[in-house]
Amino acid sequence: MDLIGLTGFNILVAIATLVLLALGLGVIYGMMRIINLAHGEFLMLGAYATALATNHGVNIWISMLIVSPLVVGIFGLLVERLFIRFLYGRMIDTMLATWGLSLALIGLVTTLFGTTVQGVSAPLGGFAIGRYQGSLYGLFLVACAAAMLGGLYALLRTTRFGLIVRATMQNPNMAAALGVSPPRIYMATFALGSALTGLAGGLLAPVSGTAPNMGVAFVAKSFITVLGGGAAFVTGTGLASTLFGIIDEIATERTTPVFGEVALLLSAVILIRVLPQGITGRFFRRST
Amino acid sequence: MLTVDRLAAGYGRIPILFGVSFSVAAGEFVGILGHNGMGKTTLLRALMGYVPATGGSVTFDGADITRLPPYARARRGIGLVPQGREIFPNLTVAENLRMGCLLSAGDERETIAGVLTVFPRLERLLDRAGGALSGGEQQLLALARCLCAGPRLILLDEPTEGIQPSIIDEIIEALHTLRRTRELTIVLVEQNLHCIASLSQRVLIIQKGTITQEVSPEAVRDPALIHEFVGMAG
Repeated sequence: MDLIGLTGFNILVAIATLVLLALGLGVIYGMMRIINLAHGEFLMLGAYATALATNHGVNIWISMLIVSPLVVGIFGLLVERLFIRFLYGRMIDTMLATWGLSLALIGLVTTLFGTTVQGVSAPLGGFAIGRYQGSLYGLFLVACAAAMLGGLYALLRTTRFGLIVRATMQNPNMAAALGVSPPRIYMATFALGSALTGLAGGLLAPVSGTAPNMGVAFVAKSFITVLGGGAAFVTGTGLASTLFGIIDEIATERTTPVFGEVALLLSAVILIRVLPQGITGRFFRRST
Repeated sequence: MLTVDRLAAGYGRIPILFGVSFSVAAGEFVGILGHNGMGKTTLLRALMGYVPATGGSVTFDGADITRLPPYARARRGIGLVPQGREIFPNLTVAENLRMGCLLSAGDERETIAGVLTVFPRLERLLDRAGGALSGGEQQLLALARCLCAGPRLILLDEPTEGIQPSIIDEIIEALHTLRRTRELTIVLVEQNLHCIASLSQRVLIIQKGTITQEVSPEAVRDPALIHEFVGMAG
C-alpha cells in the first residue's frame, strides 16, 4: 500500500516535470509552428537565472517564480526581434538559426561560468508516505504545473488577448484586416512561451541541477510531448504528459531510469503512428 | 472618400494592375466587374495593403494611405470581406464576431446583437466552430464580422462565389438593408451580373489590370452590351 502511494506520487511528479518541460514549447512550436531547437537552452538559462540569483542572496522563491521567467522572457523577446522575425514561414532556416543559438548559448554559458556552478538545493522538506518519504518540493512542482496549465488555458480561452493570439495564429492576414498587428502578436507570443520555459527551468533547477549542457537532455522529451499532444496544445500537453509520465515512471520503477526513457520514446513512436495528429487531433479537438 | 490614382501593383516581378484610377464618394455603392484574372482581387488586396503598390497612390478620407500596412488601414475605417471568406476555422462563430469587434467603439455585446439583427441566420450558430459552417453561412459571418468593426468603407470580394442561390439572395437583401440603415460606402468586386446589377449605383469594368469603362447598372442587365464590354455573356 505504501509502495503504491509512493509510486503514485512519483508518477505525479513525472507528469508535472513533463508539463513544465513542454508547456513553453507548446506555445512556440505547438501554436506558432516555430521549431525552436534552443528550447533546452532556454530551460538551462532559466535554471541558471535561479541558481545565480539565489547564490547572490536573492530569496529562492523570488528567483524561481519571478527572476527566471523575467530573464528568459526578455531574452526570448530579443531572440524574436533579432532572428526569428525574419524567418517566419521558413522552417529549415529557423531550425538552423535556433540550433546555432543553442550551441552558442552552451558555449557562452560554459565560458562565463565554467562547466559547473553551485546549484540550489530543493527547499521545503519531506513528508511521510507510510514507510517512505516523499519530497514536499515534488508536490510543489505538481501544483505549479497544474497552475501553469490552468492559467495558460484560461488566458487563451477567456481573455481578449488570448482570442487575438488564437485568431492571429490561425490567419494572420485576416487578423490584420480586423486591426491586429501580427508582428506584435508574434513577438508577444514568443516572449510568453520563453517566459514559461524560463519559469520551468527555474522550478526544475533544484531537482535537475545546473550545467551548460543540461538542455540537451530535455529538448527531445519536450518536442515529443508537444507532438504527442497535437494541435490543441494546452489540453494536449496535459494529456500527453500524463500518458508519457505514467509509462516513464512505471518502467523506471520496474527496471532502470534508462529503460524508462526508452519506454517513453517507444510509446511516443507508437502514439504518433496511431494518432499522427497527436492526441488532440482525434480527441478534444475543440479545446485549446 | 476613396481616391485611387494610377495605382500599379503586382506579385513579385509580375505586374497585375497597370494604373487603376477611380474614386468613390461617401455613401456610394460602386461595383467593379471583370473576368477571372483581370485583377479584381489584386485590386482589393492592394487597397487593403496586402499587395504593395509599385506606383500611383491611394487616398482615403484625404490622407495618403498608399504605404500603410493592412492593420493601419483597418484602424482608419476600411473593412474587408475577402475572397474565400477567411473565417477563423477553430474559433466559434461568436469568437469570430468578437474578433470583428476589436475596432468597434461601443460595447461588444451590443455591437454583436445589433449586427445579428441583420443576419438572424447566424444567431443559432454562435457556438459552432467557424470551420463547420457551410460556404453561405461563412459568407454571412464574414460580412457580419466586418460590420462589427463599424467600418466606413467596405471592400467586398466576390461574396456570391460558390454560394447556393438562396443565400445569394439573402446576402443581397442584407446589403440592401445595410445601405438603408447605416452610413456605408461599399466597393463590390463581382462576376455575378445579377448581384452587381441589383446593388451597384455605378459599375466599373476592369480589363487586364486597368479600368476601361464605366457603365450604369441597367447596362449590366443587357447581355449584348456586357458581351461587348467584358466578353462575358450573362
